[in-house]
Amino acid sequence: MKYLHLIWAALFRRKTRTVLTLVSIIAAFLLFGMLDAVRTAFDSGSQGIVGVDRLVTSSRYSIIQPLPESLGARIATIPGVRDVGHANWFGGIYQDPKNFVFSYAVSPNYLDLYPEIHLSAEQRKAFDGNRTGAVIGDKLAQKYGWKVGDKIPLQSTIFPLKNGSKTWTFDIEGIYTVDKDAANGLDQLFMLHWKYFDEANAFGNGTVGWYVDRLTDPALGDRVAHAIDALSANSDHETKTQTEQAFSASFAKQLGDIGLIVGSIMGAVFFTLILLTANTMAQAVRERTSELAVLKTIGFSSRSVLALVLAESVLLLLIGGVIGLGLAAVLAPAIGKGSGGMINLPPVGAGSWAMGVGLMVLIGLVVGALPAWRAMRLNIVDALAGR
Amino acid sequence: MATLIDIQNLAKSYTRGKQKVEVLHHVDLTIAEGDFLALMGPSGSGKTTLLNLIGGLDAPSAGSISVGGQRIDQLGGGALAKWRASNVGFIFQFYNLMPMLSAQRNVELPLLLTKLSAAQRKKNASIALQLVGLADRASHKPSELSGGQQQRVAIARAIVSDPALLVCDEPTGDLDRQSAEDVLGLLQQLNRDHGKTIVMVTHDPKAAEYASHTLHLDKGALVEQGAFA
Repeated sequence: MKYLHLIWAALFRRKTRTVLTLVSIIAAFLLFGMLDAVRTAFDSGSQGIVGVDRLVTSSRYSIIQPLPESLGARIATIPGVRDVGHANWFGGIYQDPKNFVFSYAVSPNYLDLYPEIHLSAEQRKAFDGNRTGAVIGDKLAQKYGWKVGDKIPLQSTIFPLKNGSKTWTFDIEGIYTVDKDAANGLDQLFMLHWKYFDEANAFGNGTVGWYVDRLTDPALGDRVAHAIDALSANSDHETKTQTEQAFSASFAKQLGDIGLIVGSIMGAVFFTLILLTANTMAQAVRERTSELAVLKTIGFSSRSVLALVLAESVLLLLIGGVIGLGLAAVLAPAIGKGSGGMINLPPVGAGSWAMGVGLMVLIGLVVGALPAWRAMRLNIVDALAGR
Repeated sequence: MATLIDIQNLAKSYTRGKQKVEVLHHVDLTIAEGDFLALMGPSGSGKTTLLNLIGGLDAPSAGSISVGGQRIDQLGGGALAKWRASNVGFIFQFYNLMPMLSAQRNVELPLLLTKLSAAQRKKNASIALQLVGLADRASHKPSELSGGQQQRVAIARAIVSDPALLVCDEPTGDLDRQSAEDVLGLLQQLNRDHGKTIVMVTHDPKAAEYASHTLHLDKGALVEQGAFA
């Protein structure tokens, strides 16, 4: 700590250059924080305790391949399956294409499969009793100011009504809340009756998008999954049954390998940052050659000088990186609020901070290594003579 | 007076490109404790090289250098750095202060290598600055000080860890006459009142007059020895 003022002073010897470099580091780590939050959001579809007793059965080949509705009754006969429900992607747009509403057409028992969803008995009864009824998550209701009793027109991105129109109208019969540890996005769903959807849509043919299988015991998951998939083996609708978490991950992968995308972007950003910061450090040390020689003259060992230069580059990265990640921590929730819930980035978590700080130290050491090595090897007599 | 520096058959050569340059050869020299020695000679005569060798900044090609009974030519890099920290104070022509640190912080630099507390370091640096007459400029950065004042800060830095030996390379070479006299007077005071042994390289005969002895170097060899005062 007693050398901190020395390192600090060296760092801000050329204020403009250091500030500009800091801005680059801040931008890089702000981006890292935001992208890592995106990656985390995709990875954390339904992690944790909630949902461990649920499996999801979908087509083995693609999530957009439908499955027969009759399969549900057969799944229900498998020992270890407590209940089976099904859902279909609806994909609604409210008024404007940018107002995308995650909407599912669900079986009558679908809500029972999710104990983390809380809907009053009265509203549940109203929903069950209204063919065009819908229940929505409280976050979605807040976003558009919807309330019970409202008639909401939604345009399906895929399914037209039998009359050719793509605009469906639903009655909001209930607004549910979810537990804190529920999967991301569950509080923003729009759920309508599958039966109405199947009967009214032009392509209705008694098929479903996926099944949700609730187990009597989470430990039976593997065995039950195999048994379910065996039901459709060698048929034209072979299935793939997996945990809810794996299903969410594969759903996200429909968009692409988020980890790879984020990793590639960050790789490019950090590579550029390394070049930029290494150049700054090299310049900073080169123009301080005589000062470093003086330090060695008055008794600083070569290793001390090496450590001072490395500490300087690590400190530079830490200052910029912590500010950048701090900004990401503030901006991620702000973006969520600003987008009215359209974009939901989780806060920058301990994992991102740990990885971020690790990267700061690593990049600091990498960019400081060469100038520090040169400073360590500095010949005092030559440096003082300006050679 | 006891001998502080004992140099025997000292030689130093450099390789510049493919050429070997003999800078010093067969130098024998003893300097007593409390001496104030001026080294003079034309450019390229080896004055600064000899000074660097005495200060432990460079290693000889041959011969031996003992300072206070310690064979510094036999010390490795780390040990030599430690030795310099506690035994030698350096004063350069161009002051070589850290431009981003205050006078106080500059003077404290050598004390960072000791186990002194921050408060003790600050106190010692303040005393050193007081000794050179710059107590009121402690918070000033080098760019806010005149050349003479900067050199006095450099002297304070050189003496703050109380070394027995001060090596000065053209300490007045960049100063006006008045500032030069102030600095030389200060060095003389440190020599007379505080018993510091001083070895000073200079081109200026007037500066050399402040020393108690003058040695002349030419083409890497000692050629003449004179005494003043």
